[in-house]
Amino acid sequence: MVTEVNLCGVRFANPVIPASGTFGFGVEMAGEFDLNVLGGISLKGTTLEARFGNECPRIAETPDGVLNSVGLQNPGIDVLLSEKIPQLRKVYDGVVIANISGFGLEEYVKTCALADKCQGIDILEVNVSCPNVHGGGMAFGTSAAAAAEVTAAVKAACRKPVFIKLSHNVTDIVAIAKACEEAGADGLTLVNTLLGMRIDINRRVPILANRYGGLSGRAIFPVALRMVNQVARACNIPIMGCGGVSSASDVIEMMMAGATAVQVGAENLKNPFASKEIVEELPVLMQKLGIQNINEIIGVV
Amino acid sequence: MEKALYTILSNELIADKTFRMRLAGPTGSLKRAGQFVDVAIDGFYLRRPLAAQEWDSDSLAVIYKVVGEGTAIMSDMAPGQSLELLCGLGNGFDADACRKSALIACGGLGASPVFSLAKELLEAGKKVCVVMGFNTAADAVLVEEFKAMGADVHLATMDGSLGVKGFVTDAIKAVQPEFDYFYTCGPAPMMKAVCQSLEGPGEASLEERMGCGCGICYGCTCHTASGPKRVCADGPVFKKEDIIW
Repeated sequence: MVTEVNLCGVRFANPVIPASGTFGFGVEMAGEFDLNVLGGISLKGTTLEARFGNECPRIAETPDGVLNSVGLQNPGIDVLLSEKIPQLRKVYDGVVIANISGFGLEEYVKTCALADKCQGIDILEVNVSCPNVHGGGMAFGTSAAAAAEVTAAVKAACRKPVFIKLSHNVTDIVAIAKACEEAGADGLTLVNTLLGMRIDINRRVPILANRYGGLSGRAIFPVALRMVNQVARACNIPIMGCGGVSSASDVIEMMMAGATAVQVGAENLKNPFASKEIVEELPVLMQKLGIQNINEIIGVV
Repeated sequence: MEKALYTILSNELIADKTFRMRLAGPTGSLKRAGQFVDVAIDGFYLRRPLAAQEWDSDSLAVIYKVVGEGTAIMSDMAPGQSLELLCGLGNGFDADACRKSALIACGGLGASPVFSLAKELLEAGKKVCVVMGFNTAADAVLVEEFKAMGADVHLATMDGSLGVKGFVTDAIKAVQPEFDYFYTCGPAPMMKAVCQSLEGPGEASLEERMGCGCGICYGCTCHTASGPKRVCADGPVFKKEDIIW
């Protein structure tokens, strides 16, 4: 049985990847299970400078999901490259995806170029879709022209495969995806969280200190699946499907919709062993469904 | 950290809307008092973090108050039913930081995580003064248990129905306990008052809305004197001088 997939020449032992922001820098879980069972790991979103992010509360429960307004807390690209990646590489041989965010074109380019030089990183995932930072992040992912501009500028400065992580929060995801493809993106990650809100009705205030946050979890799976399918039918570059994946069955569904690899996000918050359990569950389900090679189902629907 | 199914041994009302649930299951990952478990409840996306009140080799107890739908479901559960827990989360209290005599100042259910700490300190031959605060006598938990283990127990209630009328800090002023290290757990304003009014070193167990409970989502990060820290994984216990109130 074959679970191996290939994205832009990078080999993944299986298509399962903990999504950025839901699995820290990988090292946090190194003592809990052998990370090498994972196909890849998308690291916590990193910016040029260190960030605290937004004030707490920055987590709110929702029906079948969770809102977060963490706001890209990270130690900055220098610490990622000098500390986090070496720590992770001591225990993990699989694919490492650096997730990069910024507040301006130059910052995206500078941060990606630094990550591009790091041997321990295989793929760059450019986050133009964070809903929790002001004056950046999602602003680049909600316009086709801006997304294309970031893509072209990052591609010009980098040699590693560049995936652009796109937002839910748009009227025409296909137009933005196509603009990224035309600007030279090697692949796309679809999709980031959906902007949402909860209110504490006793205190009459938003639960999140930031008022709004990104919705993830099982609740968004059908929306993410639809967007992956729409983009897969319109574009020719590989897709990492992301959004509400909680089981091996969801992985199969995402791949049938057109994803070549699948990211597991909020499910890691419910169960930090979720990605590992999905990897274990996948061959069993493939057997049941009569799938010999996982690649045969990519985009069949 | 370990994840397992735990079987409910008992689930009893011990104070107003407050229950103690005893669960059978692995406890090897609990190393220090003040650590917590994260309880999965059917129908709710995130787990409920609850301090381990006490544990032995194959069972543990948590104390919880019914404050929302999740805890209401827990309160209706019966012995024999099971719950999935992540166990052994957080850093817990540093019992070795106390040399000879400790002051434990707790408010409300903050009495639960310091329970095993008091036991550990007493077993190590140290003196333990516990000052407990509650809103009213009907909310009081663990008072007799603390006395039974040999701690010097003092009480404060906001309405004066038990002990000194007023805050934990008022009771501490009245008692003037001798201690070389203090521990505090309870509502944030209470812990802030304790930390700011007491001379000398100590530590407090902080609380924040959590996502994962195990340090991978960075949802519960607080500011500290030594930079951003995750309450769930770097804490919940922080040294007094590290906490920015």
